[in-house]
Amino acid sequence: MDLQTTIYLVVGASFALYIGIAIWARAGSTSEFYVAGGGVPPVMNGMATAADWMSAASFISMAGLIANMGYGGGLFLMGWTGGYVLLAMLLAPYLRKFGKFTVPQFIGDRFYSKTASTVAVLCLLTASITYIIGQMTGVGVAFSRFLGVSSETGIYVGMGIVFMYAVFGGMKGITYTQVAQYIVLIFAYTIPAIFISMNLTGNPIPQLGLGSGFTGTDMALLTKLDQVVTELGFGKYTTTTAGSTLNMFVYTMSLMIGTAGLPHVIMRFFTVPRVKDARSSAGWALIFIAILYTTAPAVAAMAKLNLHGTVNTAVKAGGDLYAVEASIKAEERPDWMKRWEKTGLLKFEDKNGDGRIQYYNDKTKNADAKAKADAAGWKGNELTVNADIIVLANPEIALLPNWVIALVAAGGLAAALSTAAGLLMAISAAVSHDLIKGVFVPNISEKGELLAGKIAMAVAIVISGWLGLNPPGFAAGTVALAFGIAASSLFPAIMMGIFSKKMNKEGAIAGMLAGLFITLFYVFAHKGIFFIKGTDFLPLIGGANSFFGITPEAFGAVGALFNFIVAFAVDKVTKEPPEHIQHMVEAVRIPRGSKAVDGAH
Amino acid sequence: MSQHGGNDAQGYWRATLGLLTKILIVWFVCSFGAGILFADALNTIKLGGYPLGFWFAHQGSMYIFIALIFYYAKKMGDIDREFDVHED
Repeated sequence: MDLQTTIYLVVGASFALYIGIAIWARAGSTSEFYVAGGGVPPVMNGMATAADWMSAASFISMAGLIANMGYGGGLFLMGWTGGYVLLAMLLAPYLRKFGKFTVPQFIGDRFYSKTASTVAVLCLLTASITYIIGQMTGVGVAFSRFLGVSSETGIYVGMGIVFMYAVFGGMKGITYTQVAQYIVLIFAYTIPAIFISMNLTGNPIPQLGLGSGFTGTDMALLTKLDQVVTELGFGKYTTTTAGSTLNMFVYTMSLMIGTAGLPHVIMRFFTVPRVKDARSSAGWALIFIAILYTTAPAVAAMAKLNLHGTVNTAVKAGGDLYAVEASIKAEERPDWMKRWEKTGLLKFEDKNGDGRIQYYNDKTKNADAKAKADAAGWKGNELTVNADIIVLANPEIALLPNWVIALVAAGGLAAALSTAAGLLMAISAAVSHDLIKGVFVPNISEKGELLAGKIAMAVAIVISGWLGLNPPGFAAGTVALAFGIAASSLFPAIMMGIFSKKMNKEGAIAGMLAGLFITLFYVFAHKGIFFIKGTDFLPLIGGANSFFGITPEAFGAVGALFNFIVAFAVDKVTKEPPEHIQHMVEAVRIPRGSKAVDGAH
Repeated sequence: MSQHGGNDAQGYWRATLGLLTKILIVWFVCSFGAGILFADALNTIKLGGYPLGFWFAHQGSMYIFIALIFYYAKKMGDIDREFDVHED
């Protein structure tokens, strides 16, 4: 069976499975979506949370970025897992005790103000829409390869399917669907990794393979990789940091507190039966997440080595990487490269007209590598590979069987769709429940509320799809911006709401606005106002990364600090929160007396 | 049962914050410490084929995070019972 047919079959079968489960789960349960976690065993709930959480950014984009960044890519690994420690200890159990199901509701009640909850909705929408832009970029990549079209067309197809999926899936108990999606995506991720680890190191466990020897040599795999990439003028894989140590530090911090501040993740912990379960369910979710996250660095390093090995035969055989016959002839390049060229995400250009592909860093500061490249008559790097394709192309690069390639396509789509659906649910709840019903039209009918939610979803998809056509960065980079926004606006407000009895509404509102504003200002200066190309204003802030060399993706931690400072300063000069609010905070801190979650105001 | 008479909200909160502080120190040291600030120094030590600092950033910190959450959940359960504020 040819590859394309196999892909259609596997992806089609996985979609049929999700729809089948959605119908079955709906028929078997009358409980609403919001309490779906109540009857679900903790392990399954953990799987569903993991599927909800792991998006196109984790599945499709992250390992590719790590492959590009090397050691510095570890900030994604630590940042997107370390946040669960904060979530489990600082927020989840207390929000569960509080017993409402949206974040703006908590902020509105704790800070006794509709203005506060409206500001929270604003923060939530900004973070969630940015997040979906990243998902759309990833969906575009997956569909473009899967249907053999350009990535723009891929995004249009993706927009249509995400919309149908969200409207359809959002109405049902989707927890079991997400369990199935987790299983598909985790097999899709680990099976190729096991094959490749076995090939390169003889060790079937990728986490151990990455630390093992490179088959056929007496070198460790990472040592070999370090050697190849430095010789070709790239930074050393195991030590290259992301910008500076300071930048890596704040970037990791932004992702961690952003994880703890993202509303669609927090919502998950409202649905567990008891406060006790909120604490440990974060641990279960993290176990399932870590299966993918500890495999990703192996995928990254091995794909990178394989990619270099594909275009340069001296990588595996040893010898001079710059020898003429080491670079492969363009006409003999493998089929997978031709397939990806169609998407525009992989490009080959024969700059020196020798009919061979030279893949190296032509902007290197390594004088040795530069001299060797010049001596060999290389006239610039001839191969550009978009980081977002590494995971999807990985099994093809390693020449794995067709069914594995098809499985990865299905996994990438499962990851993107489950997260996009979760985010759209959060957006639609925020707009219809917290904003329209909570603030503007309190007596809206249930039907009207539902319609408003669906319109909000549609608008969010169109906006994010349109912006996804000109993404502000790779999928994982764009998603990182969303985390920065959540980190700087929502996390500090929720945390102060629990840990500071005296924090008042003036402080919280000023803090949220200050954190959101300064972060958006810094991000928009680099990426354009609302990410629209050409509207960036870098000169105004004194050039790129002008704040101590911190990149816009990493700025969320600075914004969060600013949020805390402004909140405490304003709190000092305005009056204390009323007595009953202080009692409420005391009650939230104690597990006893927790009730089932209800959505009423 | 409780040695605090069941109504010591301040003591309960103090015990909670104490536990959080301890865990956050470990959380910080293994990720930001070993994985970022001291990664270069640790890289001189090898763990199999892994330089140790690189291992903390790409593998080790994640295993420690999981252990921390389950340790927290267990210890919080103990504190809840000690101060008699646990759910039934």
